[in-house]
Amino acid sequence: MAKYAAPGEPGSVVAYRSRYDHFIGGDYVAPAKGQYFENPTPVTGQVFTELARGTGEDIDRAVSAAEGAAASWGRTPVAERAELLNKIADRIAQNLEAIAVAEAWENGKPVRETLAADIPLAIDHFRYFAGAIRAQEGGISEIDPETIAYHFHEPLGVVGQIIPWNFPLLMATWKLAPALAAGNTVVLKPAEQTPASIHVLLSFIADLLPPGVLNVVNGFGVEAGKPLAQNSRIRKVAFTGETTTGRLIMQYASENIIPVTLELGGKSPNIFFADVADTQDAFYDKAQEGFTMFALNQGEVCTCPSRALVQSSIYDKFLGDAVERVGTIKQGHPLDTETTIGAQASNDQFEKILSYIDIGKQEGAKVLTGGEKAELGGELSGGYYIQPTVFEGDNKMRIFQEEIFGPVVAVTKFDDYDDAIKIANDTLYGLGAGVWSRSGATAYRAGREIQAGRVWTNCYHAYPAHAAFGGYKQSGIGRENHRMMLEHYQQTKNLLVSYAQQAQGLF
Amino acid sequence: MNQPARKQRVQLTETAAELLRGLAEQHGPLMFHQSGGCCDGSAPMCYPAGEFRTGSSDVLLGELLVDGIPESIEVWMSAAQFEYWRHTHLTIDVVPGRGSGFSLEAPEGVRFLIRSRLLTDEELAALG
Repeated sequence: MAKYAAPGEPGSVVAYRSRYDHFIGGDYVAPAKGQYFENPTPVTGQVFTELARGTGEDIDRAVSAAEGAAASWGRTPVAERAELLNKIADRIAQNLEAIAVAEAWENGKPVRETLAADIPLAIDHFRYFAGAIRAQEGGISEIDPETIAYHFHEPLGVVGQIIPWNFPLLMATWKLAPALAAGNTVVLKPAEQTPASIHVLLSFIADLLPPGVLNVVNGFGVEAGKPLAQNSRIRKVAFTGETTTGRLIMQYASENIIPVTLELGGKSPNIFFADVADTQDAFYDKAQEGFTMFALNQGEVCTCPSRALVQSSIYDKFLGDAVERVGTIKQGHPLDTETTIGAQASNDQFEKILSYIDIGKQEGAKVLTGGEKAELGGELSGGYYIQPTVFEGDNKMRIFQEEIFGPVVAVTKFDDYDDAIKIANDTLYGLGAGVWSRSGATAYRAGREIQAGRVWTNCYHAYPAHAAFGGYKQSGIGRENHRMMLEHYQQTKNLLVSYAQQAQGLF
Repeated sequence: MNQPARKQRVQLTETAAELLRGLAEQHGPLMFHQSGGCCDGSAPMCYPAGEFRTGSSDVLLGELLVDGIPESIEVWMSAAQFEYWRHTHLTIDVVPGRGSGFSLEAPEGVRFLIRSRLLTDEELAALG
């Protein structure tokens, strides 16, 4: 067992500064209105730094800086853009431990996860898009022997990116890596709950970035996010968050006729077919772990497998084992490398989860384990901890239909394949899903019939850069990750060229 | 009393009413739209009235009357989401907090929150 010292404490691998301004045009710039807001850690509830409270004036300044850098960055050869991404990846890798501890402290997630997943994935995403942009080809279409259509990829220009708080650095990377690779310049607003860790990251990479290519404006949604989304000089806005804000962003984008990428959450079904329990082997153990994945990142994942559907013939046995497995989750100090579930990211998140546990109980769902806040004592008593919770109930209940964004899974049973698909698709969302079966045919059929953008099959919560991620139904518009993401950040330029010498004969 | 006596689906706590009075002073008439989905979702978003375009895919859950605010505050939800919520009564409360999409209260260091209870049979009959 190892426990990292909190940032800034003696022996810590990282220290936060006491204040962060906006990062605009390659420099730190004080906010136009001179205001700052405090940033508490959810680990203890104590404030550890403060950040510039951005407003429309700051956004405008950042967009100007991004605009100034756009032409030159867009013309930079792809090999050089790729080299920058690779250098960013190298710097993150060299400082992995410091960045991982900083993020765990700000978000409340276990450092075990940031060390093994969040930050290594961020590194790999930068490297992936460094490779993808160099491998990308335009197109040449022969319309007739003397007429050729050339298709070129061109950057959009300045893009606005609004980042969520659940994976502050990985979600920033998902948006930044393809946008920068494609030759865009960026104005990025981190979530107001987790605005500081990206500045730790910046402290390691700022010297690599041409001024204005990446600008970070901190602040609240209504004060900084909204003027960014409404800015008439941005060419695209990418947002991860929830449905109402997603609609509002589309509304603003319609005013400027620009595209949006929206990733708006889910209520992902995790389906366990009976043959999973045919033998008590390694695969059964893997499926049990798959059930327990609802607790990853404290359940604060848009694709949290928050509905578990278990076939009735194995229901009692499988669920009994699963509840036991949930009991082995280690809740504790996020900077302890043994901890597997840490703190919820904020007090309002903590309160919201408790309000959902309350309505779940009122609706008659049965608590199989958890169902309360967790009292961890000591310095953690000011933090926001919830017990991993397993509910048993019916898919019509609100806890089966709404994203709780906490370590809460709602379990129900199904009789046969058709029943499973019906329940799985009875949701407003379609972001993720899990299918577990020893039969390739069953898994394939189910995967194709589930209305969701990502169906993990005999696995869950893997996020490789090379696999497209995004939602059906109310889970959003567009995709993230995969080479195809480059095109989400590019214009198509078509040159339609005639090599013929003769007039067309129309006039 | 902030509420009319008739039966309704949505109410406010006194703390929420107090916060709304302050927000109305700064921003004028207000509205709510209940959000679904991740991050700051599954929570009510407060906007200047008319800022968020509602349409045929939304349901008006109720209009809140708050002492000291001349205009009633409409509370909306998407119709699809309402199908899963219609058996519950909602109370808009406030907790200390931070993020909230573009909701107006976030800079105050607080967050609107929905507390729910099941509607009684009598209420269900009256509300349909």
